[in-house]
Amino acid sequence: MDRQDYERLRWRCIRRGLLEVDIALTRFLDEGFDKLDDEQQQAFVELADMEDHDLWHLISGQADIDDPRLAPIVNLLRKS
Amino acid sequence: MGCFDSLEVVSVSIPVLKFDAVIVGAGGAGLRSAIQLSEAGLKTAVLSKVFPTRSHTVAAQGGVAASLGNSEEDHWTWHMYDTVKGSDWLGDQDAIEFMCKKANEVVVELEHYGMPFDRTDNGKIYQRPFGGHMSNFGEKPVRRSCAAADRTGHAMLHAMYQRNVKANTQFFVEWMALDLIRDDEGHVLGVTAMEMETGQIVIFHARATIFATGGAGRIYYSSTNAFINTGDGLGMAARAGIPLEDMEFWQFHPTGVAGAGVLITEGVRGEGGILRNSNKERFMERYAPNAKDLASRDVVSRAMATEIKEGRGCGVNKDYVLLDITHLDPATIMKRLPGIHEIGIQFAGVDCLKEPLPVVPTCHYQMGGIPTHYSGRVVMQQNGDHNAVVPGFYAGGECACASVHGANRLGTNSLLDLLVFGKSAGDSAVEDLKAGRAHRDLPKDVSDKTMARISALDNRKGGANVNETRLAMQRTMQDHAGVFRFSDMLKQGVEKILEVEKAARNLEIKDKSMAWNTARTEALEMENLIEVAKATMISAEARKESRGAHVRDDAPDTAEFPNGRNDAEWHKHTLFSPVDNSITYKPVNMQPLTVETVALKTRSY
Ligand SMILES: Cc1cc2nc3c(=O)[nH]c(=O)nc-3n(C[C@H](O)[C@H](O)[C@H](O)COP(=O)(O)OP(=O)(O)OC[C@H]3O[C@@H](n4cnc5c(N)ncnc54)[C@H](O)[C@@H]3O)c2cc1C
Repeated sequence: MDRQDYERLRWRCIRRGLLEVDIALTRFLDEGFDKLDDEQQQAFVELADMEDHDLWHLISGQADIDDPRLAPIVNLLRKS
Repeated sequence: MGCFDSLEVVSVSIPVLKFDAVIVGAGGAGLRSAIQLSEAGLKTAVLSKVFPTRSHTVAAQGGVAASLGNSEEDHWTWHMYDTVKGSDWLGDQDAIEFMCKKANEVVVELEHYGMPFDRTDNGKIYQRPFGGHMSNFGEKPVRRSCAAADRTGHAMLHAMYQRNVKANTQFFVEWMALDLIRDDEGHVLGVTAMEMETGQIVIFHARATIFATGGAGRIYYSSTNAFINTGDGLGMAARAGIPLEDMEFWQFHPTGVAGAGVLITEGVRGEGGILRNSNKERFMERYAPNAKDLASRDVVSRAMATEIKEGRGCGVNKDYVLLDITHLDPATIMKRLPGIHEIGIQFAGVDCLKEPLPVVPTCHYQMGGIPTHYSGRVVMQQNGDHNAVVPGFYAGGECACASVHGANRLGTNSLLDLLVFGKSAGDSAVEDLKAGRAHRDLPKDVSDKTMARISALDNRKGGANVNETRLAMQRTMQDHAGVFRFSDMLKQGVEKILEVEKAARNLEIKDKSMAWNTARTEALEMENLIEVAKATMISAEARKESRGAHVRDDAPDTAEFPNGRNDAEWHKHTLFSPVDNSITYKPVNMQPLTVETVALKTRSY
């Protein structure tokens, strides 16, 4: 991912509506994001685009997601 | 870049966008103001650091207060009484009457905008009880809070955003306002702002400028506020010479996860959760023998702070206490307290079914802010007038101090604040513009201050690191101006925060790129945070009584001064002047608009 795309993504992770999501995404960006391949990184960008409550419900296991591209990233977020 | 149909250029490189009104902030307050302006046919720009529905208002779950009386008898005068009492008599009674009386109107309007409030069987807005809201002047709890499931703030933002789209409000998303533009005569003419995508600085030249930038809870180490709450509006106002009101008053929530701040609902103690110190002692039994762990928020928070100060905190730094639910049935926890188990695992690394959760009193809400009249106009002391209007400048929501929350906010009153004062700020701007307020000439040095800040950041070598400076500020605020305050700690705190200020004025960033430079944005936010932190520390040190959320060890509860409150000397608003770090005071407005004064009395529940 080029610098600009990464920085845009970073802003959209470190400035959320819910503190829970701020922390979860910032942490993942710092610790796990590098290890993803291009397609997985794209899936993370899509997740980061979701509304805060929906995303938090996924990360906290209060909701599940079927999408085979997104589900593995949600699992990583749950563990991080 | 946004819309350049009214482009004009003042200096070689800085474009000017002309609007009737520019609103900084697209949370509840900003969106509510924008509706008034756009629907009045005025050309209105709304700037936001994030997409509007990602504003921090989205976190509000509890609801919005209005004495609709749908579930049982209620009256705005009861709501007014509760709010005055909640504020520990520091709230201005004209503003409080205005807010409580307008509550029904703004809630019903919201319903018409499409807000999906919970409903009763007969189709009315369902109302639930919330702490501090009572019937018949403090007699017994009343159902006054209107909510939309557990997504009240979210639903509010969506309803108002849609309404604005219909009304042609122009949104500038991922734009950060940097400085307020004020001319020699003190008029406000707009803001300078940065488009994050390009790093371009632009002047928004407006006839009316409205601030709705939210709170600054990130000045504390432990905060329930999202990272975005960096007090930008307060920083910009302060840099433009506008004083900040009642900044010593911050509401703390007793149970934020230590280190993370994430809020653990009161429901956990409701279900039987117990607070313990490092000796595993259930210490609340000593502080509140009857209510114990279910005592009111401020009592529990202060007890926790005392345990920590006296060395009975837990962990390596002995800086938190434990919230223990290991004795509860795991099935009950999972069913009645959804999300708590995950919060423990994600943010404390603790499985709360097996181990207690580390918690600390955590900063939650900012009562002070930019001083405003209830019409939403910003006011300041000038030539003997305590409330002289700053022409062209308006504010609403958590960044403003009307003052309705005084020394302590009642839950669900802040969503009401942003609706009522967001709307009145919008209405006042419309009124002033219709009365002929024109675009005034931009001063020659209009963007010098902003450009100097940016270029200092881009060129400085050997300066302070942003993250380290932020952390130093947050630690200082938490240790020296926390939920329970001590004279010596406050005095040291003033010295320390002035030291941190030196670092904050000397920040260095490594990334010098123009486009999407998040390091620069965070540095610019830090320059705002420090203004708020300094105002808070100095105002707190100066107020020698206890009142509402400001509780000092050396102003204890006595017969002469119940709860440590000293009305003879301290029944007044603090005004912190950023120009020379000095403090002045102004009287509390005890004269409501139409009803009788709620006379001073000891606050007890
Ligand atoms: C966890 C939590 C739960 C809460 N629950 C309730 C509740 O149930 N009921 C209740 O009444 N209150 C509640 N509150 C308080 C309430 O949510 C807030 O006081 C309120 O939402 C603040 O709204 P606002 O419009 O003033 O600011 P915000 O919603 O914070 O919006 C600020 C806006 O300003 C923008 N902004 C800031 N700086 C800049 C800048 N420099 N340039 C451009 N844009 C900028 C942001 O992007 C954002 O759009 C809660 C608070 C928290 C933390």
